[in-house]
Amino acid sequence: METDRPDGRTPNQLRPLAYSCSILHRAHGSASWAQGETKVLAAVYGPKAGTKKNENPEKASIEVIWKPKTGQIGKMEKEYEMILKRTLESICIRTIYPNTTTSVIVQVVHDDGALLPCAINAACAALVDAGIPLKHLAVAICCSVTDSGCIILDPTKDEEERSLQVGSEPMENGIMTSVTQGAMSVNDYLHCLERGRAACASLSEFVRKNIGTKSTSEPSKAG
Amino acid sequence: MGLSNASEDLSSEMEVDAFRRLFPLRYFERHLAESIRPDGRPLGKARETSIFLGAVASANGSALVKIGSTTMLTAIKMEVMTPSLESPDEGCLAIDFHMPPICSPIVRPGRPAEASPVVSKQLSDTISSSRMIDLKELSLVGGKAAWMAYLNAAFSIMQDIYCLDADGALFDAALISAVAALSHLQIPAVAMNDDGKIVLVSGEDGQKPVNKEKRKLTLRSIPFSLTCILHKNYILADPTAEEESIMETHVTIVLDTSGQLISLYKPGGPALAYTSAIQDCVGLTGQRVKELKSYLDKENSAMEVVV
Repeated sequence: METDRPDGRTPNQLRPLAYSCSILHRAHGSASWAQGETKVLAAVYGPKAGTKKNENPEKASIEVIWKPKTGQIGKMEKEYEMILKRTLESICIRTIYPNTTTSVIVQVVHDDGALLPCAINAACAALVDAGIPLKHLAVAICCSVTDSGCIILDPTKDEEERSLQVGSEPMENGIMTSVTQGAMSVNDYLHCLERGRAACASLSEFVRKNIGTKSTSEPSKAG
Repeated sequence: MGLSNASEDLSSEMEVDAFRRLFPLRYFERHLAESIRPDGRPLGKARETSIFLGAVASANGSALVKIGSTTMLTAIKMEVMTPSLESPDEGCLAIDFHMPPICSPIVRPGRPAEASPVVSKQLSDTISSSRMIDLKELSLVGGKAAWMAYLNAAFSIMQDIYCLDADGALFDAALISAVAALSHLQIPAVAMNDDGKIVLVSGEDGQKPVNKEKRKLTLRSIPFSLTCILHKNYILADPTAEEESIMETHVTIVLDTSGQLISLYKPGGPALAYTSAIQDCVGLTGQRVKELKSYLDKENSAMEVVV
């Protein structure tokens, strides 16, 4: 029995993706990423001189600032900042620029579910736009388990009751970041992983096609 | 002859310490190759765990938990409040996690530690996701107080968790501490005084009881967690602070006593987690859940005997 979704999508269907880069002039790299109504704008500054708090003599530091659409920065924003920071640290080659700090500012334009994967995708695209050396790209997807046990991809705000957000590297299909909300069985989690990997593969194709087009035509601002 | 032996022993010990300080990753990998850790534990074993209930007499519920050197103290206060319009028949539960400067050399007075709001958010999400507490049980409307139908009040649980010693696996110790304090929690008796306000029963005249006596909170399935480090092909359970700072990929898995997955938290890190590694971690966590549940049950039984 197929689950009917309010916007008419099949369980495996993503919302329409929209991606653009180099939209901010002052930032060294910037990108906007939208999945359906959820939209995130990311800007990258750096590598620049490190502050005393963040400076590391062997590696570049990464600082993430998360700006919500409304209200003050609370515990949820702090958690998102930490997750993003550690995810981006995993994909950057940090030994090239020791004693520097790279700032990634994430601005939430609208939140209609699957916000953290959208932010991860936007931040990775902004890093590419800034010319920061990366080991590999990270692609993120959100899965949701409905009450009837059906697994759906890329949930909207209403569908996001029990969600699992997986950031993975499609080349090796390993999991870089995983965050869950709500209770589910272990088998449901493993099924979500399989669905997430397949969706990340198609997302990765989308990213490589768009970023490849951009990077061959314009030089990097950070250079 | 004796003097030269003593100086040799001293110099070799200094060399080991210098090697550990200068090349910490290689020092640990030498131990990992032998399937052991520098403190003598096998890779999949957690540190010694102890739970002590009722550490704070002025609180409605409290618990002190130690995992190895990591120490967490939890105290719970209950107040009567007006429930929100969205859920008028439910109480609420608020959790705060504090890292005072006493717990770690990297925590400074004034600004809260970087990890503090993250662990706090994780704890709130975990306890609400597991549905361990029925918030409707905290409501004071209806039931035996049917004669005061206009009454609109509910209990609010405020839980403060203090980290006294931060030696790795902070979330694990904080969650056990929170769960133990909630199992120790006694809901106080309240009454309505002459002014029509709800107050705690203090033996004064003129108070009409709303609920008659103290009672325990009903806990449904209880969540427990285990943090593992993934490093190359190794999985290390329950890391210390030194291990956490050297090997950077952490996975925290929360299962409840009915076997459901409450949370799987892997915030980045250089090592990629594959399905086989996740299944191994879930297996280790399953064993840990049984172990911790027996500790908690034993401690609660001891408390009941004393009372």
